Amino acid sequence: MSSDVRFTDFKSDKQPTWCPGCGDFGTMNGMMKALANTGNDPDNTFVVAGIGCSGKIGTYMHSYSLHGVHGRALPVGAGVKIANPDLEVMVAGGDGDGYSIGVGHFIHNVRRNVDMTYVVMDNRIYGLTKGQASPTSRADFETSTTPEGPQQSPVNPLALALAAGGTFIAQSFSSDAMRHAEIVQEAIEHDGFGFVNVFSPCVTFNDVDTYDYFRDNLVDVADTDHEPTDRDAAKQKILDSSREYQGVLYRDPAAKTYEESKGLDEPMTEIPDGAPEDAMDLVREFY
Amino acid sequence: MPADFNWAIGGEAGDGIDSTGKIFAQALSRAGRHVFTSKDFASRIRGGYTAYKIRTSVDQVQSVVDRLDVLIALTPRTVEENRDELHDGSVVIYDGSRTTMQGLDLPEGVVGLDVPLNELAEEAGGAIMRNVVALGAACEVSGFPIENLDSALQKRFGDKGTSIVENNEQAARLGRDYVGEEFDHEFDYELETTDADYVLLNGDEAIGMGALAAGCRFYAGYPITPATAVMEYLTGRIEKYGGHVVQAEDELAAINLALGAARAGARSMTATSGPGIDLMAETFGLVATSETPLVIANVMRSGPSTGMPTKQEQGDLNMMLYGGHGEVPRFVLAPTTVSECFWKTVEAFNLAEKYQLPVYLAGDLSLAVTEQTYPPEAFDMDEVEIDRGFVVDEETIADHKTPDGKFKPHEITDDGISPRAFPGTDGGAHMSTGLEHDELGRRTEDTEMRKKQVEKRNRKVETAIEREAFNYREFGDPDADTLVITWGSTEGALVEALSFLEEEGIEARVISVPYIFPRPDLSEAVEAAETTIVVECNERGQFANLVEHDVLERVERINKYDGVQFKADELAEMIQDVLGEPAEKSEVSQ
Repeated sequence: MSSDVRFTDFKSDKQPTWCPGCGDFGTMNGMMKALANTGNDPDNTFVVAGIGCSGKIGTYMHSYSLHGVHGRALPVGAGVKIANPDLEVMVAGGDGDGYSIGVGHFIHNVRRNVDMTYVVMDNRIYGLTKGQASPTSRADFETSTTPEGPQQSPVNPLALALAAGGTFIAQSFSSDAMRHAEIVQEAIEHDGFGFVNVFSPCVTFNDVDTYDYFRDNLVDVADTDHEPTDRDAAKQKILDSSREYQGVLYRDPAAKTYEESKGLDEPMTEIPDGAPEDAMDLVREFY
Repeated sequence: MPADFNWAIGGEAGDGIDSTGKIFAQALSRAGRHVFTSKDFASRIRGGYTAYKIRTSVDQVQSVVDRLDVLIALTPRTVEENRDELHDGSVVIYDGSRTTMQGLDLPEGVVGLDVPLNELAEEAGGAIMRNVVALGAACEVSGFPIENLDSALQKRFGDKGTSIVENNEQAARLGRDYVGEEFDHEFDYELETTDADYVLLNGDEAIGMGALAAGCRFYAGYPITPATAVMEYLTGRIEKYGGHVVQAEDELAAINLALGAARAGARSMTATSGPGIDLMAETFGLVATSETPLVIANVMRSGPSTGMPTKQEQGDLNMMLYGGHGEVPRFVLAPTTVSECFWKTVEAFNLAEKYQLPVYLAGDLSLAVTEQTYPPEAFDMDEVEIDRGFVVDEETIADHKTPDGKFKPHEITDDGISPRAFPGTDGGAHMSTGLEHDELGRRTEDTEMRKKQVEKRNRKVETAIEREAFNYREFGDPDADTLVITWGSTEGALVEALSFLEEEGIEARVISVPYIFPRPDLSEAVEAAETTIVVECNERGQFANLVEHDVLERVERINKYDGVQFKADELAEMIQDVLGEPAEKSEVSQ
């Protein structure tokens, strides 16, 4: 880990194939800034991504990384972190990836509270499959597969996280670059599962949840008297459907991480050349 | 008939059948006798017929037979379920004071011993010990010195305090004395003891122990019969070596957690049974394409779908060989005995890391729940070797970079094996993906690179075939006209069937194949034989199909798919039936 790492060191030489204007550019830049600001470098960082536009992030970032299968990035990240707690682990996904196919893993990884960061690029639509409704799409959002809108309540990911015992729950807006990077940085610095839902507009398929919409409707909790350690206050804001919030909605600084609870602090990478010295004791147990 | 003794206790689930059987098995093992146990159980927690059977001899025993010498029957159904296995001189121990057991109908020639199990147990300190009273009675019948039971009772109840142990010892003696005093009958049995020290364990435990010996540090799994015991074994033991077990939310999470840990550089595994393998199939492709070493134990049970969760089958071979979309190399190893569950697990970890691919370990229910005795040297830990394969560090990584300094995790090499850098290695940052990728791990649709990567991954298999010894095990008469081939847990029954066949004047050469892919070349053996029979616990003959494919010759098949493992004597008859009609292809199915 070196102190002179710049955020551009986390950039790969691949040019993103995201649509011009896509929110994911800002989301990724903020992640790279936050990683550099927290003193990480590509060689101690592991990024896991799922499938979808968001899943391409591993290609555009430079670090150790694995591009996983749809919806399953979180357990991969947890496995990496448990096996080597020295690594900085960041998992990136989209709203379809994380809240549809992967929603089970989302809830269970929130509960598990492994010390890693989960950034969801939430554009409220399926982009890569060209514009179908996602779990966070509005009930009346008309798409090719939902001509009259999904007619279902959108998933509230922050509420899910809070209900599952989340220890760090935040939301940001990819276009508010400084603030977004700051929030991701806080998530990295949090000891436990740092969850950030990022409004990352899809300029091609979503003409409702646009940059303008978020600019007009976003309230930063930092500008209010919100106290993130107050769970009831967090619940109130998270369930408030009349507004969109950014900032750290909830934080529990006292919660134990999975690793702390299980006493895991050493990398599991080194093993002896043969069986452990006392291995015959394992056999004798069966006497 | 070998000089063996067959014992069983049966009743309803919840009656303590399993622990009673285990106590007797341990007592026999500690008295220097070989033991082979099997379990008959239903997929429910309480109620339903369940039995624990023990075959014991002073020689190694490797299968069950259709014969019972002493049966402890806690319910009338126990007698019904085992009626065919009782013979003239068998002894049934039961408690006639129980309403359901009155007027018990026993086959002719079978000796019924009505022992007031409950009453004697209460006399010793509590009705809960009625099974131990029955064990004492069984000791008297079988001429097995009751002192041998004491150390097993100590092992079982020692944690609960001396008085509990003493009460149990007393209960056993009351059972023994009752039989000795009340029945004027000469029993046919005399269980001899020896000075040998054996350990007694089942296949799941052996897989877990193999994982620890091999340096496994991470295990993620989801409970499923009959694989759960692997996770239960590792939990509480792996921590001692700095490892960890995660009980995942489902099988999808389990394999992805294990994949993450493996990529981080830990020796990592998961275990499940057929339905779980189905769920893991998508990630399996990612494991293989990203060339991540991972051990996946599939402790098979009867399928498809939920099938018969507590019954035996070797039905997932095709799934392990071909499961998943696209084409990716994987190895499939199939342990044949409890001790091989240990050794094949050790080997699976080495193969996974040497060739950077997923390795299936194909266990099955019959191996998983079967306990077998071995001398401790059968698990000689000094024999365990660990090979982590082609791992690069800060110094050596420079040899595997592009001219502009980028590490090549999927480098095209002559042997197909690419350098592996554990995350955290300076200068090694790289991506990997299930998308087709170039040498740097970056997604590509370049037709030439696609071909090169596909060929590179498959070349690892060729390399392994050159470097490893994917042998078979052989028994019987090497020059016999009849060749019987099997794989996995069926080996034990087949080896023992040989002695039954010999009695009938039939010689056979037996080949047991623990490597399904890559597998040894069987063509020479098949060509040398007049008749080749492939024996396996499935209906389709999944391994027989592979043999036919490899040798370009039709083989005879013996398939069993009723949910019960092969029994040695039954199998011997099936083989005789096939040999009786050598002119045409016959299928003997139960």
